[in-house]
This record gives sequence, structure tokens and C-alpha cells, in this order.
Amino acid sequence: MKQIVALVAVVLLAVVLWRLVPLAAPTQLGPVARHYAEWGVAENGGSNLVTSIVVNYRGFDTLGEVTVLFLSVAGAGFVLRRRHGLVVHEPIPASEIVQTGARLLFAPVVLFGAYIFVHGHLTPGGGFQGGAVVASGVLLLLLADRDRHLPHGFLGLLESLSGFSYVLAGLAGLWAAGSFLANRGVLPLGSWNRLLSAGIIPVIYMVIGLKVGSELAALLDVMMHAAGGDGEEAHR
Amino acid sequence: MNVDILTLMNLVDLLICLVVLVSAIGVAVHRNLLAAVVFAGVASLAVSYLFLRLAAPDVAMTEAAIGAGLSTVIFLIAVRKTRETEDGS
Repeated sequence: MKQIVALVAVVLLAVVLWRLVPLAAPTQLGPVARHYAEWGVAENGGSNLVTSIVVNYRGFDTLGEVTVLFLSVAGAGFVLRRRHGLVVHEPIPASEIVQTGARLLFAPVVLFGAYIFVHGHLTPGGGFQGGAVVASGVLLLLLADRDRHLPHGFLGLLESLSGFSYVLAGLAGLWAAGSFLANRGVLPLGSWNRLLSAGIIPVIYMVIGLKVGSELAALLDVMMHAAGGDGEEAHR
Repeated sequence: MNVDILTLMNLVDLLICLVVLVSAIGVAVHRNLLAAVVFAGVASLAVSYLFLRLAAPDVAMTEAAIGAGLSTVIFLIAVRKTRETEDGS
């Protein structure tokens, strides 16, 4: 019965969504997209058009996204807060391969994440991707040493400061160019395709990278040390 | 010669689409939660390849780093902290 209902629901969804599937690729851009494609590089000086759109034209949305991420991590941290004296299992120590690999890979992985968000205005990727890569580097450390605790005070400070700096960068645009998160007139656009170019876009993406990285790392730490057992013991 | 490479790429694309479909169905039907999580990670990785082929490298990076990497790990930790199989139907 349940399966029949599910099947009917899927078929109904397919019927509803069928009209939305473009059967051929659109041949021309809409007016807004055309403006972005033609003027994006000239107006912002960043060679990665996606970044120009995400951080400048739609910068306010990105501030909202960062806030959503903050709220979800804060919620997860609240739900998973450590309950003292509930279940304490002796963690199984990681194998030597994992430990050595983590020690070897941590620095390159974090460096690569930083590279991604520092070069966000030039190459694909940016704050969110770089932050996630940094957090996976931290995850390696946590996997190698199960007793390791991350400094939550420091992570919280880093996260708050970077969120604050995003708003400050937006206010600088308001002060210098008359609109929140404006790019022109705050910092020089520099020459195209150089690291120090594209105005405040790289600044904002670095801030987002630090914020996402510290949030996700704190979330992983909270999850790894949350109450609950390893595997089956907790259930018995 | 060019044509051969193009058809080869299209074949690979089709294969990857098939991987996405199979692993998505695997997530839905598998009783073992660990296997379901791994299937979800494989689906994310294949989808990120498709994003790359559709000329969206930014989205592909996000999908690979968050979909295939971090969220898989977070699900794995959650499954470990709770229990490994799904009860009943």
C-alpha cells in the first residue's frame, strides 16, 4: 500500500514537473544574464564571473546564506552539546596508516583550501568550497586522534570576526559608493587576472572561507565528541 | 579522430548518469545505513562530474567537497553514533 502511494506520488510529481524540463538548450540569455555576461568582468575586474555574481551582484543573498549556515551549525551544536556522564566509551585508537596519513596531509589540504578561497575571484571555487576543504583537513586531524578537542573559543572568535568583517565590508561600500556591498570605489579594481584585483571581492571571499571553515570544523568536532557510543554498544 | 573522442565522452557521460541513477536507488532501497551513506556519496561524486561536464566548475567543486566529502562523513559519524540498520518498513 505504502509503495503504491509512493509510486503514485512520484508519477504525479513527474507529470507536474514535465513542463518545466527544457527539451532544448536555450539559445539566448535573458536580459539580466546578458548584462552579467557582458559587463561582469568590466564592472568588477574579477576573471571568474560566477564569483562576481555571487559576491557582488548577489552579495546580499550570500550574506543571507552565510547566516543560514551559521544558524544551522549553531542549532546542531546546541542539540549535540556534550552531556556529561552519559556514555563514555573508550575510543578505538586510529591505525598507524591513518595517523601518518593525517599528519602528512593536514598541511597540504588546509593550504589547498586557503588557495581556493584566496583565488576565488580568479579561478573556479571560492569561500564555501575552500572552507569545506579546510574543514576536511581538520577532519583528518580529528580522525587520527580521537581524543583531540578543537579550541572552540578560538573557532567562535574567528567565526564571529569574519562574519562581522563581511558586514563591515558591506558598510564600507555604503560609505564609499552609496550602496551596501558596492564594489566600485572601495578598493582599487587593480589589473585583470592579478591576485590583488577585483576590489573587495577577494576580501569578502577570504572572510567567507574563514567563516565556513571554522563553522564546519566546529560542527565536526561537536559531532565526533557527541554523546553516543561507537557502533552497537550504545544500542544494547 | 575528434568525433571518436566526442562519442567516447558521451558514452562516459551516459555511464556516469547510470551510476547516479543506480546509486540513488541504492540509497533508497538499502537496509544497511552505512551502505546507503556510501551510495549517497557516490551519487554526489558522479553528479559533480556531470556539473563539470556541463561547464559549471564552481558547482562541481561545491558538490564534490560538501556533497561527496563532508556530508558523507557527517552522516557516517551520525550512523556510528546511533545504529547501523533500519528497523522494519
